[in-house]
Amino acid sequence: MNNVAIELRGITKCFGSVVANSNVNLKVYKGEILSLLGENGSGKTTLMNMISGIYHPDQGHILVNGKEVVINSPHDAFEYKIGMIHQHFKLVDLFSAAENVVLGLDGEGRFKLDEIEKQVLEISNKYGFNIDPKKKIYDMSVSEKQTVEIIKVLYRGADILILDEPTAVLTPQETQKLFDILRRMRADGKAIIIITHKLHEVLELSDKVAVLRRGEYIGTVNTAEATEESLTEMMVGKKVELNINRPEPVNPTERLRVMNIDCKNRDGVKLLDNVSFSVNAGEILGIAGIAGSGQRELLEAIAGLQKLDSGSIIYNNPKTGAEEELRDKSPLQIRELGVRLSFVPEDRLGMGLVGNMGVVDNMMLRSYRRGKSIFLERKGPTELANRIIQELEVVTPSAETPVRRLSGGNVQKVLLGREISSSPTLLMAAYPVRGLDINSSYLIYDLLNEQKKKGVAVIFVGEDLDVLIDLCDKILVIGGGCVSDVIDARSTTKNEIGYLMTNTKKGRRASDE
Amino acid sequence: MFTLEYLMGFVATAIINGTPLLFGAVGEILTEKSGNLNLGIPGIMYIGGISGIIGGFLYEHACETAGITPIPILCIIVALLASLLGSTLIALVYSFLTITLKANQNVVGLALTTLGVGLGDFYGGSLLSFFGKDGSIYLEATSKAFKEKIPFLSDSLGLFGQTFFSFGFLVYVAVIIAVIVHFFLKKTRVGLNLRAVGENPATADAAGINVNLYKYLATCIGGAIAGLGGLYFVMDYSVGGWTNGGFGDRGWLAIAIVIFALWRPNTAILSSYIFGGLYVASSYIMGLSGSEKEIIKMLPYIVTIIVLVFVSARKKREHQPPASLGLSYFREER
Repeated sequence: MNNVAIELRGITKCFGSVVANSNVNLKVYKGEILSLLGENGSGKTTLMNMISGIYHPDQGHILVNGKEVVINSPHDAFEYKIGMIHQHFKLVDLFSAAENVVLGLDGEGRFKLDEIEKQVLEISNKYGFNIDPKKKIYDMSVSEKQTVEIIKVLYRGADILILDEPTAVLTPQETQKLFDILRRMRADGKAIIIITHKLHEVLELSDKVAVLRRGEYIGTVNTAEATEESLTEMMVGKKVELNINRPEPVNPTERLRVMNIDCKNRDGVKLLDNVSFSVNAGEILGIAGIAGSGQRELLEAIAGLQKLDSGSIIYNNPKTGAEEELRDKSPLQIRELGVRLSFVPEDRLGMGLVGNMGVVDNMMLRSYRRGKSIFLERKGPTELANRIIQELEVVTPSAETPVRRLSGGNVQKVLLGREISSSPTLLMAAYPVRGLDINSSYLIYDLLNEQKKKGVAVIFVGEDLDVLIDLCDKILVIGGGCVSDVIDARSTTKNEIGYLMTNTKKGRRASDE
Repeated sequence: MFTLEYLMGFVATAIINGTPLLFGAVGEILTEKSGNLNLGIPGIMYIGGISGIIGGFLYEHACETAGITPIPILCIIVALLASLLGSTLIALVYSFLTITLKANQNVVGLALTTLGVGLGDFYGGSLLSFFGKDGSIYLEATSKAFKEKIPFLSDSLGLFGQTFFSFGFLVYVAVIIAVIVHFFLKKTRVGLNLRAVGENPATADAAGINVNLYKYLATCIGGAIAGLGGLYFVMDYSVGGWTNGGFGDRGWLAIAIVIFALWRPNTAILSSYIFGGLYVASSYIMGLSGSEKEIIKMLPYIVTIIVLVFVSARKKREHQPPASLGLSYFREER
């Protein structure tokens, strides 16, 4: 009993009429890693925010080391030695690592930054981090920033660590390093809660798994007795087929050829560096890379939204057989050439849809130029909107409800539905399943496969390497704006992709210098 | 024509004209470091001036009625407290509206400048018409106390002493405050926390910093410092006199210096003197026509725009304004 680090009893939290958590019971022992598993919107983050003092539970008790506590603010949480590492880092970009670590602490005596830097290094050596305490956050990689966050809570003496989706932004190698560190902390007697929805990580790392479903506490199981299938069943409430279909490509012909394209940002930093590849009709080309390696610029270049410094983008029109140059053309000019290109951008409500407009109006963004009268023609778009809502099972009060009020998965269905409805010959989707639950994700994979079978050339930018390997035919790995390699998805491994992501031909040279 | 005396005279005038700007700029830097863009600074400085006048007037008037000579140290204390009270109150209004009620900072700031100038002219005008002799008032005793030279240094070091040690004490106070604020921001925990609030309030909040408290304190203390610029202007520069609109556009110049000095209080010292010099340069260059004088008066603003262009083009992170400047902080709620 003495070994229970933190215990939750009957925690309930409502936001208005929405129940985010209902009667959750949880126990974490010292020297134990517990995974908190659940789909998006199942209340994992809300629950953890109550432990870290951001929200206050409506009902229930929190016990730390066997004593009941009331946690009203993040400051209180530190007092009880609880530290939370948020998914979106809470760091001041302009400060150094050490300055971020000491932020908000009342220290004794004079403020000496060099002493704090020394203490940061001590913690860093103890657990095997690798960090320069003087380095500014804006010069750091995502994984370094995460390290600073972890050191920050350790510096505050945290014995209970909560990590909110810590691996979402890491490469497989970085993930392994993080897991090693977490294991070392476990050996040191810390209690660790890790929020995730990646099942294989749960199985690999944790001792116990607690599952939430729609705010309700389903149960806790020992990881040793669990399998991916059993956990999914707990999470979703029914059996889900976890295999992604991959139909063989039929008669692939080249649809798009990108040759030696370069582009720079305003500071003259190269965002795309001599990128060449081609996409075939009837195939899915996956693009893998660390966030911000040029994926966005690459898709925008093809869609006519990014100015290029050199190179060319050739589209083979399957109807006429003509070759069209897409470089330096606006999206409208591209469409007028007869190129049927659909683009599902990363920023759904920023670039893809207008949040304040309903489904119907959003359909019209694609079609408002049609028609001869000066008045808009609404009949077609309304029909299309209703068809998408029905076929893709979009949950919305009506076709006129502003799309920003829909959940992430439904927004994505509306966007993908609109893009597919224009029967494209080239479909580009950036992170189409980001933030979606398992059911919606599999629906999106099916839609992409359907397009592939119709002979559409599909470009799929993804972050989950397992999905990329299972869904795509070929995978283009990009790192720092350079193409590392194009590999066959059927024969590759996650480690190979991870290695290519961080070790581009250019990058290797740069790191040798 | 350009003798050493002439040049030193110009330097002294530049410092005298730069001092109100320095107070304003340092006050605004402290405020902006908390993420609050207080465009009410011109109004606050105006209020700082008129409050000092009212305080000094009440004391001198009371002494006159009682038939005693005003005591210099009391003159200073009364005027100083009145000025600090007036400017802090306006800064508090700004804080309440933007921090607690989360009103738009630009709108509130501009409104307060209009309000401050209006209030100043109202009370100043009333004072002049009720108590003024020939439509003007001069607080002789108070002004004399504020203008007191440093006794020994001012006349023992020759021209140097005459130039640099002949100012009223507020000139030195301005420099000292600038240096203190510089060290506060750079070298203390509280300064680090304050900068974090201005850069990323959500992070500061999660780190257990009371964001609203920091914003309130920085804005009110910043307002009080800026108000001293108004006090210096009326008591020292204008020799204890008040004219409606006399403060001119110095408040805006102070905000321009904040940008020119790249949000660094230590750099603001020299910047303020440069701006003070440019402000009066037109009367030191002889044989200028009216329009040429106006063009020279524009120089500070043109220089500020050029600096702004250079800074944005270079994009050095340390030279940018606080990242959340001008934004109200809402704690994330569902």
